[in-house]
Amino acid sequence: MTGASRDVNPAPVGSVQAPDVHVHLHEHGIGSPDSVTHEHAHVPGALHGVPLEAPAPPEEVAGRWVDVEHLHYAYPDGFEALLGVSLRIARGEKVALVGPNGAGKSTLMLHLNGINTPAHGSVRIGGTLVDRKTVKRIRAEVGLVFQDPDDQLFSPTVFEDVAFGPLHMGVPEVEIHDRVERALAAVGMTGFERRLPHRLSLGQRKRVALATVLSMDPSVLVFDEPSAGLDPRGRRELIALLRSLDQTMLVSTHDMRLVAEVFPRVVVMDDGRIVGDGPTAEILTDDAFLEAHGLERP
Amino acid sequence: MVGCWPAGGRTRRPDLNLDRYLARDSVVHRLDARLKFILTVAFIVSISLLPIGSFAALGIAWLALAGLSTLARLGPLRLTKSAFFALPFMLAALPLVFTRPGDPLGTITLGPLVLTVSGQGLREFATIALKSWVSVQAALLLSFTTPFPDLVESLRRLRVPRLLVAIIGFMYRYLAVLTGEAGRLNRARQSRSAVVEGRGGGSLRWRAGVVGGMVGSLFLRSYERSERVYAAMQARGFDGEFRSMGGRALTATDWTAFAIVAAAIVALVLAGQFVLPRP
Repeated sequence: MTGASRDVNPAPVGSVQAPDVHVHLHEHGIGSPDSVTHEHAHVPGALHGVPLEAPAPPEEVAGRWVDVEHLHYAYPDGFEALLGVSLRIARGEKVALVGPNGAGKSTLMLHLNGINTPAHGSVRIGGTLVDRKTVKRIRAEVGLVFQDPDDQLFSPTVFEDVAFGPLHMGVPEVEIHDRVERALAAVGMTGFERRLPHRLSLGQRKRVALATVLSMDPSVLVFDEPSAGLDPRGRRELIALLRSLDQTMLVSTHDMRLVAEVFPRVVVMDDGRIVGDGPTAEILTDDAFLEAHGLERP
Repeated sequence: MVGCWPAGGRTRRPDLNLDRYLARDSVVHRLDARLKFILTVAFIVSISLLPIGSFAALGIAWLALAGLSTLARLGPLRLTKSAFFALPFMLAALPLVFTRPGDPLGTITLGPLVLTVSGQGLREFATIALKSWVSVQAALLLSFTTPFPDLVESLRRLRVPRLLVAIIGFMYRYLAVLTGEAGRLNRARQSRSAVVEGRGGGSLRWRAGVVGGMVGSLFLRSYERSERVYAAMQARGFDGEFRSMGGRALTATDWTAFAIVAAAIVALVLAGQFVLPRP
């Protein structure tokens, strides 16, 4: 929720042809050797001389609000899901994470708020290393929304669900009502407090699921496939909603039109590695690259 | 988009009979859920305390419930009718009719079996059946007039262990999801269960196997879901302890209604014990 982040919000629909909007976001780190591990990687240069975004909070190393370094992770059954992932996201930046199923997208996302603990490597949010001691603070900072709203919404009523995060973070009760109200207003679900999650449509449940993390007032939002299963209207509403939020955002999706409309930057994962990272306009027009990683043009 | 309940609109929602709440605007609906819960339990306990043959007291209790049902704008006979679903359970008391010693009223011959109906047994059976019928009506009145989440919340505020309350809350939330999943599985099975003319749909054993497989698959899905739900809870700061917020305070109206009903229950128990005739 930084004021500065407004500058980096995506341009209107169809702006994929205007790369200068986001070039300055990639000044930091993206071209550095460890952030890119594949020959196909896109390395956007400073194409248009847009001035760097200046103000950054003191604890943040410039351009590294989310800072993932050499992340390795293997599941208990031995399957290696992440093979050295490095990713940097500037504050307020909106990044899409694409790649085939099983590429490691969800596993990576579960690391960002400490649900998974890395075997090697590190995750830092706003300069704070994610570990056992900081994990509670990190979870308030990083709002993770799961793909299936039936997993995300586990309380009998919408209110209780949206209040769950703040309540378990120790927010005073008087403030919780306020937060719930604001979060529901932000997703256009004001007045649904007393409703039952299983009586809502999928689109409504997805929006409430989003509200359940917005009420925690996070600086980073991480969504797993937010548009999956939505009808066109639900999708339009979601897109408008994603555009209206000014938090730092990492969104995994197979929906390339969503990527083109909302996200200035795309990170491509395949087989446990980041294989591409750059402006949406460049990545989504490189047919050979998309083909090689099982993706398609919007 | 004002939150009313149940949800309006034309979307067909998965049916789940756990929701018995009937939205009305009435004194009964507005009474605090905790007090309603306590009164209902107290009522059921006092009904069970009535001696054998308290038909007059049970009749008064039934009239009182019909009155409350009217007050709750549900109509006087709504509870009585809805309580019929409990009839099969009353059959459990049926053997009493034939096993209690007492004055024989007649005999029923079932092949080699000769059953003697005793007057005492019949009285006991009728009392038990009526008691359970009236008790079920009281429970129905509670569930018709109180949203389930409010009931869960009132359990929490009545200091029922939080883990237990959380389990009830999860059960309520996920039974809806689970019945949806079961319904989809069942539809998928049906759509592949064509019957060739002249042949049945497989042996009983085979069909039992299919159902067993479905149950197993439902269990696995639920198990996996539970892990995802737990991750979602952790992601929002859950550290193993359930916290809850204070609800609204009880008003003078709440207390007045509570006092009136509580007094009526006590009066009924005493009258049933000492005053009212017992045939």
